[in-house]
Amino acid sequence: MSTTATVENLPNASAEPQVNYLNARYGVKSWLLTVDHKRIGLLYLCTITVMFVVGGIAATMMRINLLEPQGALVEPETYNKLFSTHGLVMVFFFLVPSIPVTLGNFLIPMMIGARDVAFPRLNLLSWYIFATGCLIMLYVVCTGGVDTGWTFYTPFSTTYSTTDVVLAALSIFVAGFSSILTGVNFIVTIHKMRAPGMTWFRLPLFIWSMYASAIIFVLGTPVIAITLLLLGVERLLHVGIFDPALGGDPLLFQHLFWFYSHPAVYIMILPSMGVISELIAAFSRKRIFGYSFVAFSSLAIAIISFLVWGHHMFVSGESIYAGLVFSVLSFLVAIPSAVKVFNWTATLYKGSISYEAPMLYALGFLGLFTIGGLTGLYLASLSTDVHLSGTYFVVAHFHYIMVGAAVMAFMGGIHFWWPKITGHLYPDLWARIAAAIIFIGFNLTFFPQFVLGYLGMPRRYAMYPAEFQALNVLSTAGASVLAVGYIIPFIYLIWSLKYGPVAGPNPFGAKGLEWTTQSPPPTENYLKIPIVTEEAYNYETAPEPEVVRV
Amino acid sequence: MSSHSESAAHGHLMFHEHVVPVSTYLAVFITLLIATGLTTWIAFQDLGQWNLVVALAIAVCKASLVVLFFMHVKYNKGLSRIVLIAAVFWLGIMITFTLADELTRHWQINPQPWVGTIVPVVRHLLF
Ligand code: HEM
Ligand SMILES: [Cu+2]
Repeated sequence: MSTTATVENLPNASAEPQVNYLNARYGVKSWLLTVDHKRIGLLYLCTITVMFVVGGIAATMMRINLLEPQGALVEPETYNKLFSTHGLVMVFFFLVPSIPVTLGNFLIPMMIGARDVAFPRLNLLSWYIFATGCLIMLYVVCTGGVDTGWTFYTPFSTTYSTTDVVLAALSIFVAGFSSILTGVNFIVTIHKMRAPGMTWFRLPLFIWSMYASAIIFVLGTPVIAITLLLLGVERLLHVGIFDPALGGDPLLFQHLFWFYSHPAVYIMILPSMGVISELIAAFSRKRIFGYSFVAFSSLAIAIISFLVWGHHMFVSGESIYAGLVFSVLSFLVAIPSAVKVFNWTATLYKGSISYEAPMLYALGFLGLFTIGGLTGLYLASLSTDVHLSGTYFVVAHFHYIMVGAAVMAFMGGIHFWWPKITGHLYPDLWARIAAAIIFIGFNLTFFPQFVLGYLGMPRRYAMYPAEFQALNVLSTAGASVLAVGYIIPFIYLIWSLKYGPVAGPNPFGAKGLEWTTQSPPPTENYLKIPIVTEEAYNYETAPEPEVVRV
Repeated sequence: MSSHSESAAHGHLMFHEHVVPVSTYLAVFITLLIATGLTTWIAFQDLGQWNLVVALAIAVCKASLVVLFFMHVKYNKGLSRIVLIAAVFWLGIMITFTLADELTRHWQINPQPWVGTIVPVVRHLLF
């Protein structure tokens, strides 16, 4: 877009106070009945923050329990419920929705130059459905919890568990519909609502990655919904689907579960890759190296991710021939992931790099995602997986990806767009300190778990042999550091809402349509629909940043 | 990116909606009811292995009617068709890879050639 668009969308910079989407209307009703994608994004942000705290409390109790080999805090039965709650809440109610429903909702229309998503009311409906799912989950947690793990493996879940498996499954079933509706909404929005001149290859890479995740939402989520329905049918009505005694096949459950849940891990990572592309471009002030490779690698990941699920079943009794195929395909998925990492690194080369808080998160992402991805290859190799499957190595692997990479990107994205979303700046020094604490705390928590797993400590046990204590204590100590790192941003972000200095339209001097309108944006995003005349990330024409750069 | 985004930008999406007569909907609805009756009737006939096949065949026909008429795929071109084809293709992936496990799951101490493994299994399943 040209400078004219900027000027047109900032009509009266001096006239205070500006009307924006936050102060246009007041009152609880104006929020609960809103169809503004920006407000819905904030509703989601509050909801998933609550769920993150719930999942975090469960994790804290687990780590405290593991301070001592005999278990320092809870009974083994309670421990089982803790890790199940933690996994279910963090996966289905925090990380899967996290970036799409908050930043995605807020940014997709803004980045493509639209006034809202294609179906605003459907968007609000998906929040209500999601909130219903959250409430069911919280009800289960408050009334005794569930002890199947987040994976609901049969026959334990259908036959032996005495906890409320059906209601827990129902909560995910319900939340799944929210994912499907959001996915449909995003796909249609990206196809149909782009501003004049916003061709596919001028789209910010964030949009490409959201598009790829939306495809997975739409194609994968119905499968998990039906799978959980079948689980309920077998548990309640004893129809033989998974139970061999009734004529079922127990591995069928794992096939159906992972057909969704492996792609789901890419639902968690693809949006964060989109955020990282934006951050790296903005803070090295360069166009992303190999734009179209990065864009197409998102689609490649979305497609290949549906072909590898059997790598979760190597030691389950799955056919070795199927295992061979799944192993090879799993190695393939590493290629598009590596394409992205190399291209981001190449973007940094000779860039004019600065280290504001969002960039620290992005750099943290690069390292941690690489470790997480490469350890995935150990697990995707048939022979090494026999040793590592079911151990803390797996736990470390997926936390490097899901927390080290995905949550880092979520934090980076929130910090990058916070001035746009709220109109206020947060204290950059505190933000950088918090980012560093999170990085250190994260590695202290999870690196020891690679070692523990390699030495043979199984996951999902409340107790362990005494020789593993030192590494477990180290991990728990790291978790406390990590907790501090998460609490600090929580405090200063809330603080900034009232006391933070007012942010201009483009505090970081970033490119992208969303930075050409006021902060916070008006309800209709753009007073005049922008006309796009240039490629994404054309930093040669970027304005100077307003915040001090170091 | 021409007319579509233009109109979208101004807040009214343009749909070129095909109006389907009520009689078509009724005919489809009645066909679905008949097919449901047929499924129920077939369930009480002993066709051996074929019971499942026939039941699934009827179900596929019913689903196709719903998709084509009630979901308007018959009247929509382009993107809607791609979505449908993708969905069916993905279902195919799910079934193929799951069967790839089911059909080759016999553990062997000394791995034998593929053909030797698959043929007896397929024969067992079919006859
Ligand atoms: C990029 C994002 C990724 C995420 C979010 C992710 C997440 C996960 C999660 C959650 C699990 C544990 C599931 C469980 O048993 O509870 C897991 C296990 C596994 N991951 Fe990943 N993963 C990612 C990438 C990869 C890659 C690139 C590979 C291999 C090429 C890989 C290979 C594996 C394997 C083989 C297992 C199963 C380990 C076992 O149970 O023995 N992952 N991953
Ligand atoms: Cu996987």
